Amino acid sequence: MTEMLPPALILIAAAILIGPFKGHFRTLVLLAAPLLTLWTIWQVPDGVVTTMPFLNYTIEPVEGSALRRLFATVFAVMALVGGLYAFRVAKWYELAAGYAYAAGAIGVCFAGDLITLFLFWELMALFSTVVVWCGGTAAARAAGMRYAIMHLFGGIILKVGIEGVGVHTGSFDIQPMLATSFDTWMILIGILINAAAPPVSAWLSDAYPEASPTGSVFLSAFTTKTAVLALILLFPGEGILVWIGIFMIIYGIIFALLENDIRRILAFSVVNQVGFMVCAVGIGTEMALNGAAAHAFAHIIYKGLLFMCAGAVIYRTGFSKCTDLGGLFRTMPLTAICGIIGALSISGFPLTSGFTTKTMISQAVADEGMITVYLLLAAASAGVFLHAGIKFPWFVFFQKDSGLRPKDAPWNMAVAMIIFSALCLFIGIFPETFYQLLPYENNYVPYKAGKVLFYVQLLLFSGLAFFLLLPLMKRTLTISLDTDWLWRVMFRKIGETTFNTVAYVGSRLETKAQATAGNLAALAKRHLSSSNSPESFGVFSRTWAIGTTALWVVVLLTVYALVYFT
Amino acid sequence: MTDPKQQDAWLVRPSSIRILWRFFWMILTLTVLAQLVIKIKGSFGFDSWIGFGAVFGFISCLLMVLFAKALGMFLKRDQEYYLKDLKDD
Repeated sequence: MTEMLPPALILIAAAILIGPFKGHFRTLVLLAAPLLTLWTIWQVPDGVVTTMPFLNYTIEPVEGSALRRLFATVFAVMALVGGLYAFRVAKWYELAAGYAYAAGAIGVCFAGDLITLFLFWELMALFSTVVVWCGGTAAARAAGMRYAIMHLFGGIILKVGIEGVGVHTGSFDIQPMLATSFDTWMILIGILINAAAPPVSAWLSDAYPEASPTGSVFLSAFTTKTAVLALILLFPGEGILVWIGIFMIIYGIIFALLENDIRRILAFSVVNQVGFMVCAVGIGTEMALNGAAAHAFAHIIYKGLLFMCAGAVIYRTGFSKCTDLGGLFRTMPLTAICGIIGALSISGFPLTSGFTTKTMISQAVADEGMITVYLLLAAASAGVFLHAGIKFPWFVFFQKDSGLRPKDAPWNMAVAMIIFSALCLFIGIFPETFYQLLPYENNYVPYKAGKVLFYVQLLLFSGLAFFLLLPLMKRTLTISLDTDWLWRVMFRKIGETTFNTVAYVGSRLETKAQATAGNLAALAKRHLSSSNSPESFGVFSRTWAIGTTALWVVVLLTVYALVYFT
Repeated sequence: MTDPKQQDAWLVRPSSIRILWRFFWMILTLTVLAQLVIKIKGSFGFDSWIGFGAVFGFISCLLMVLFAKALGMFLKRDQEYYLKDLKDD
């Protein structure tokens, strides 16, 4: 077997070249690198392809499998279409950071051991932070800092787990495990932090909407979905994931319903969708894992598409809140149509990608006879239509006439949105072609008349609920407190209080110490100092008669001699 | 409602909204009635009842909206809530 270099290196090289190259050369690099990466991804055979020494270990930077190629493919497609979407407006350093970030994600896909996984994991953390910072505002800088702290903290937990597993089992291989020991729990928690699982889901909705309109497209794709891949590789069938997933699904819906910022709505909906995948990994059957992988693939495309539409709207209008927007279908029809296709896909409407992938997860749950989970997933499917499927296009493109008459998206953004819309429909209409890429043999048939009818009923009546309940969903100029309140306010308050207390105690001690020092100085002066008049000399600086000293020496020597000889 | 210079888009005229609502109700009724012809093979028995998906979808959404609304009373803050800190720095 011939060894090959990690496919991620192509995008790393591209990220380095984006800076010095200008004009058409830069565009060429931006478009050619992901295409070359795609081609390379499909050259990676199954099994461990490359091994190399690293410190005292042998690491496996390239290991192939259908699952790994599937995730790497969608990451490369995302880099390509995201690059096309961004290249005319994004700063060169945002593009470079975005490509390095994508390289990290693709590196994780082919990591054969935990050390390689960790290195690429941290590459993602670093460059995604840069992408957040490229938002350029004070809010983006602050959010980027919180994002970096969260991910570096997650990285440390992951590293503790990886080292524990290495020390205790002697192997860094990536293989299925269950959270049964401290080490494996640390790995699971480290991955779940990146998946935006509770209680830290808030990092996602905090950071993504602060990036630039183009940056959030990149951000939506990689971090959470590499976490899903890592969960599929390391923790298939880990039961706790089912309930973590369900929590994420409901959390995403509820918080998105309360939200006013369009990109924050989409960010909550990322948590919601990743919840479906995490839940499926927890089920752990072949169909469930196929479902998780397929849904991740479809999700990256429709969520990228939705962030592109939101980005185009923000780029053209400068507004990002539902309360400022509305009625844009008049002048941005293409963006509106693409947004609706993305919204229908995320809702899992028949003939879109969400239907052919999400129902696979529901079917896997039903096959296991998990009735509660099944009903919760069905309710959540209705909820997705409510919070993203209708809410996003309705408040942006219809609702009221905001009076805004912006131009439609620039041509490159339009082409990127059309490509992703077409992919959403392709996966929805020709699922069999797409199913061939899945890791396990697939005999799931999405299009059965009864199933289609059930979902159409479910979704259309959710739509009815939306329009009847519209008065209850009037947008307000508010944000909703989340667990990030803990670290943005409470920890900060605790820190400030501690600091102030220490400072107060310190200043009191200092006053005391100064007073004591003053007293000591006076004492010393009284006893040691000399001045002009011999009577006021300190006791140690007076002049004593030599006879007195001789007498004291005799006394001391006598005492010494007595003690010594007795 | 009409612009003096040109009429607003067809989609937002009150007359068309009335038509759209009627059309929507018709589709909704059809999706339930279709169950008389197309059998939904449920996984747990009760999910093949006539109109189960419709009722379940509607009620779940109702509950989620009400729950969100109730939670919002505790969690909603002015949009400047965190920005104040930023300005202090």
